[in-house]
Amino acid sequence: MFSEIKKSALVSIWFMFLTFPIMVIKVNTIEDTIIWRWGNLVMVGVGSFFLSFLWRYLQDKTKAKERQGYKDALSKFFYDSFIGNKKVFYPVILGVICIILFFPYLFSTYQVTIMTTALIYVVLGLGLNVVVGFAGLLDLGYVAFYAVGAYTYALLNFNYDISFWLALPIAGILGALAGILLGFPVLRLRGDYLAIVTLGFGEIIRLVLENWGEFTHGPSGIASIDRPNFGFDLSIVGSINAIYYFVFLFVLVTIFFTNRLQNSRIGRAWVALREDEIACQAMGVDKTKTKLSAFAFGATWAGFMGAVFAAKTTFINPASFTFLESAIILSIVVLGGMGSIPGVILGALILILLPEYLRAFSEYRMLIFGGSMVLMMVFRPQGLIKSKRRHYNFREMTKREMQERRNATSS
Amino acid sequence: MEYFLQLFFSGITKGSIYALIALGYTMVYGIIQLINFAHGEIYMIGAFTALIAAGVLSLFNFPVAAIFIIATLVAILYSSSYGYTIEKVAYKPLRNAPRLSALISAIGMSIFLQNYVLLAQTSDFLPFPSITPEIKFIKPYENILSSSGFLIIMFTVIAMILLSLFIKFTRTGKAMRATAQDKKMALLLGINVDRVISTTFVIGSALAALGGVLIASHIGQINFFIGFIAGIKAFTAAVLGGIGSIPGAVLGALILGLTESFSTGYISSDYQDVFAFILLVVILIFKPSGILGKKTDQKV
Amino acid sequence: MKSFFKLLVMSVIFVVSSMSVFAADTIKLGVAGAHSGDLASYGIPTSRAVQFVVDEYNKNGGIDGKKIELLIEDDECKPEKAVNAATKLMSQGADAVVGHICSGPTKAALPIYLSQMIPVISPSATSPILTQSGDYPNFFRTIAPDDAQARLEVDFAINALNLKKIAIIHDKGDYGKGLAEYARSFLKETDNVEIVLFEGVTPGALDYSAVVQKIKNSEADGVIFGGYHPEASKIVSQMRKKNIDIPFISDDGVKDNKFIKVAGKYAEGVYATGPKDVSSNALAIEAEKKHKDKYGDQSGAFYLNGYAAAQAILNAIDKADSTDPDAIMKALRTYYVETSLGRIKFDEKGDAIGVGFSVYQVQNGEYVEQNF
Repeated sequence: MFSEIKKSALVSIWFMFLTFPIMVIKVNTIEDTIIWRWGNLVMVGVGSFFLSFLWRYLQDKTKAKERQGYKDALSKFFYDSFIGNKKVFYPVILGVICIILFFPYLFSTYQVTIMTTALIYVVLGLGLNVVVGFAGLLDLGYVAFYAVGAYTYALLNFNYDISFWLALPIAGILGALAGILLGFPVLRLRGDYLAIVTLGFGEIIRLVLENWGEFTHGPSGIASIDRPNFGFDLSIVGSINAIYYFVFLFVLVTIFFTNRLQNSRIGRAWVALREDEIACQAMGVDKTKTKLSAFAFGATWAGFMGAVFAAKTTFINPASFTFLESAIILSIVVLGGMGSIPGVILGALILILLPEYLRAFSEYRMLIFGGSMVLMMVFRPQGLIKSKRRHYNFREMTKREMQERRNATSS
Repeated sequence: MEYFLQLFFSGITKGSIYALIALGYTMVYGIIQLINFAHGEIYMIGAFTALIAAGVLSLFNFPVAAIFIIATLVAILYSSSYGYTIEKVAYKPLRNAPRLSALISAIGMSIFLQNYVLLAQTSDFLPFPSITPEIKFIKPYENILSSSGFLIIMFTVIAMILLSLFIKFTRTGKAMRATAQDKKMALLLGINVDRVISTTFVIGSALAALGGVLIASHIGQINFFIGFIAGIKAFTAAVLGGIGSIPGAVLGALILGLTESFSTGYISSDYQDVFAFILLVVILIFKPSGILGKKTDQKV
Repeated sequence: MKSFFKLLVMSVIFVVSSMSVFAADTIKLGVAGAHSGDLASYGIPTSRAVQFVVDEYNKNGGIDGKKIELLIEDDECKPEKAVNAATKLMSQGADAVVGHICSGPTKAALPIYLSQMIPVISPSATSPILTQSGDYPNFFRTIAPDDAQARLEVDFAINALNLKKIAIIHDKGDYGKGLAEYARSFLKETDNVEIVLFEGVTPGALDYSAVVQKIKNSEADGVIFGGYHPEASKIVSQMRKKNIDIPFISDDGVKDNKFIKVAGKYAEGVYATGPKDVSSNALAIEAEKKHKDKYGDQSGAFYLNGYAAAQAILNAIDKADSTDPDAIMKALRTYYVETSLGRIKFDEKGDAIGVGFSVYQVQNGEYVEQNF
C-alpha cells in the first residue's frame, strides 16, 4: 500500500514539474504581462496523484487478463452472444432499423444532419477499411478521393447543371480512377513509404484545388450546389430527411458489398497480400491487379460519398479536405477494429458523434477527443470489435458419412 | 547569381530546421518502427517553454546571451521530459499491439498536446523575442544570409556531428544501433531495451527543441499550431532520405528545403508544396526505400 | 458488456438532453460563428457584443413586451459545421440570426436560412458575392465588402504613394486571395502601373524568406498583401531585415493591434485599410466600456460590427412590430438606426450605407487614420 502511494506521489511530482511552465506561467509577450497560476499546479498534482492509481489499476487488470490467456470479452460477446445468437440478433437489428427509419420523426432536424454526417463517415470508414483493413495498405491521403467526388459533382452541377443522380456514378468512377492513378506509382512501395506517398497525394490534390482558381474556384469554394432532386418538391427539412434516408440506404449497400467481397476470391487475395506479399505472389496471386483493385474499390466509396457531401452541404471548399480529415477516417478504422465491419461502423458513430455531443464541454472538447483516442488505443489496442478470421475446422467423418461417400463414389 | 545564393541559403536554413526535427522521427522509427506524429508537438512545446523562460528571465533583466543559453536549455530539458513521458504513457503499453494502433495513439497525442497548449496558454500568435546573438563577421553578407540563419546552420551542423559521434562511439549509441537491428537479440545480449528506447525519445526531443528555439527566434513568432506543418515536412524529409537512416534524414531535409526555396524563387510559391511532394514521389519510385535507406530483402 | 451498455445509455441521455426545448413567446435571436478552434478569436467578440445588446433590451422589458432569447451556435468557421449550426437554429425557430463570421461558412449556411426567409446579418463576412450576386435577399452585413477595400488599397497605392511596380502577395485563403484578385483586376484597369508579382504563401510555413527574396528580385516599389496578421508580420519583418524598405499595404485582417505588437519595430510605416474610425462615437465608447467592465480587457475583432449588427436587427424587429421576415427586412432597408458604427441603414443588396473603410498607417506603435 505504502509503495503504491509512493509511486503515485512520484508520478504526481513528475507531472507537476512537467506542466509547470505551460500550466502555471502565462507569458503574454503582446501585452508584456506574466501571470502566475499556482492553482493549476495544485490541480495537476492532486489530479495526477489519483489518476495514476486508476491508470495502474487498469493496466494491472489488462495484464492479469493477458496472463490468464487473454480473451477479448467485448468481441467474444459481440460475435457469440450477439451475432451468433439469432434470438438476440434479429430483434436488436430490427430495433436499430426502426430507430433509424423513424429517426427524423423522433429528433430535430439538427440531429438528423449530424446523423447523416456520421453515416457518411460509416461509408468512408468501410471504404478505407478495404484498403487498410483488408489489404493492409496504409493510406494517409484517403480524403483526396472524397475531394475528387465532391468536386466532380460540384463542378458538373455548377458548369453544366448536371443532376445529382447522373453525377453520382461519375463521381464514383472518377474516385476509382484517382485510386488507380495513385496505385500505379506506389506499387513497389511498402509500409510507411506508402503512407507518406499517399499523404503527399492527398496534399497535392488539396493544393491543386486551392490554387487552380480558374477551374476549381480556389479557396472561396463553390456555393449553391443543388440538393438532390427526389422526384417531388421538398422543403429544406424534407430534403435533409430525404438525404438522410438515401445515405442510410447507401450504408446498407456498402455493408452488403464489403461483406460479400471479404469472402470472395479477391477479398481473400487482399488478406493474403496483407499477411505476406511474397508468399502471396508465390501462390499465384497477381499483385498488381490485387493492389490496384483495393485502391480502386476503396476510392469508389469515397467518390460516392464526396458527391453526397457536396449535395448535403451545398457548399464546398478545399478546407474540408485536409490531412486531419484523413487522420480521422483512419482513426475510425483502427479504433473500430481493422478489417471488422461492425467495428468500423461503431468507430464511425463514436468518433463523429462524440465531438458533437461533447459540445457541452465547448473548448475542452478537442482535448478530450485527443485524450480519449490515446486511452482507447492503450486499453483496447485491437480496436473495439476485433475482426473475426474465418476458421476451417477439420473434423473426422463419422462412419455413416464415410459409408455415404463410399456409396456415392461406387455408384 | 546573388539571387541564386540568396535562395540557396534560405533553402539550407529551412532544410536545417527540418533536419533537426527529422532526426527525431528517423531515430524513433529506426528503433520501434513508429511514425511519432506527436513529434511536431514536441518541437512546439520546446519553442513555447523557451518563450516562457525568456519572458520570465527578461523580467529580471538578464543579458541577451544568458537568456538565449538558459532558454535553450530549459526548452531542451522540457521537450525531452515530454518526449520521455509521451513514450511511457502512449506508446510503451502498445509495444506488442498492432503497429497502426500506436500510430492512432500518436495522432491522438498530437491533438491532445495542441489543445493543451491552446487552452493553458493562448490561441494568438505571440512575438518571440529575438534572443539569438548578432554575429559580427556575417554583417557584410547580411543580404544573402542573416545571422540567425547562420546560427541555425551552425547549430545544426554541430548537433549532427555530436549525434554521429554519440551513436558511433558511446556504449549507449552502440546499444541503440543493436536495438535498431534486432530488438529481441539485443534483449538477449543484456541490453536494456526499454532504456534505449527512452534515450532515443529524449535525444530526438532535445534536437526538436533546439530546432524550435532557433526557428522561433528567426521568424519571431509562435503559436500552438506551428508543430503540425513542421512535423509533416520533417516526416517527409525523413522518408525522402530513407527512414531509419540518420545521414539520410539530414540529406532529405536539405533537399526538401532547397526544393521549396528554388521552386518558390524560380517558379511560384503557389505550388511550392506540390513540387516538394512530387519530388518525393519521383524519388521513391526510383528508390523505393529512400535515398540512403537500406534495401532490405524480404523473406517469407 | 456492462461498459457497452453504459455507453449506450449515456449516448441516449446525450441525445435526449441536447434536443431542443421550445419556449413560448420570446423573440429568438440566433448567433452563429467560430467560438472554438483556431479562428475563435474572430467569433467570440461578436457573441459577447450581441449578449450586451440583448441584455440592454431585456432590461427595458424586451420588444413589445416579448423578451429576447439568444441561441448561440458554434460553426468553427467550417462550412459543414455551419450547415449543422444553421439547421439547428432553424429547427429551434430562430426569428433572425447574427452571423456567420467567415465568408465560406456564411455561403454554406445561407440557403438554409433562405428556405425559411430568416433574416441574417453578418458582422464580418466580406465576400462581395454574398450581396452582389442577388442570390441571398435575406442577407445583410455591417461591414463593407472586400472589393471596396481592394479599391481603396489600389487607389491609395497609385494616387497617394505614386507606386508604379506593385507586388501582390496573398495567403491563399478565401479572404486574402479574394482581396488580392480584386486588387489585381483593379490594377490591370489602370495605366502606367505594372504588376510585377502575384504570389500566394502557405500560412503557417516555417519562413517566407524565399518569397521575400522574390519580392526584392522583382524590383517592386510597393507590396499589397491580402491575408491575416500572422503572415503579414512574418513577411514584413523578413522584408525589413533584408533592407527592403518599400511601402507595405494591407487589409483589415492586419489592421489589428496584435499585428503591431507581434511585428514590433518592423510594423512602423505599414499601411492597412480598416473600418472607419468610430472612437468618438458615443455608442461605440459605451460598448467598449461594457466589455472592459465585464471581461477586464479590450474587445476583439469585429466587436463593434457585431454590436451594430445586433442593434440594427433588433431595431428592425421593433420597428416592424412583428417577427415576420418580410417586415423585418423592409424595416432594415427603410429606417436609419444609430449604432456603434454610426447612423446606418441597408441598401437593396444588403450592404450597409454609412459603413466604409479608411487607410491607416502604423506610427509610433499605433494605427493612425490617413487623410486621403
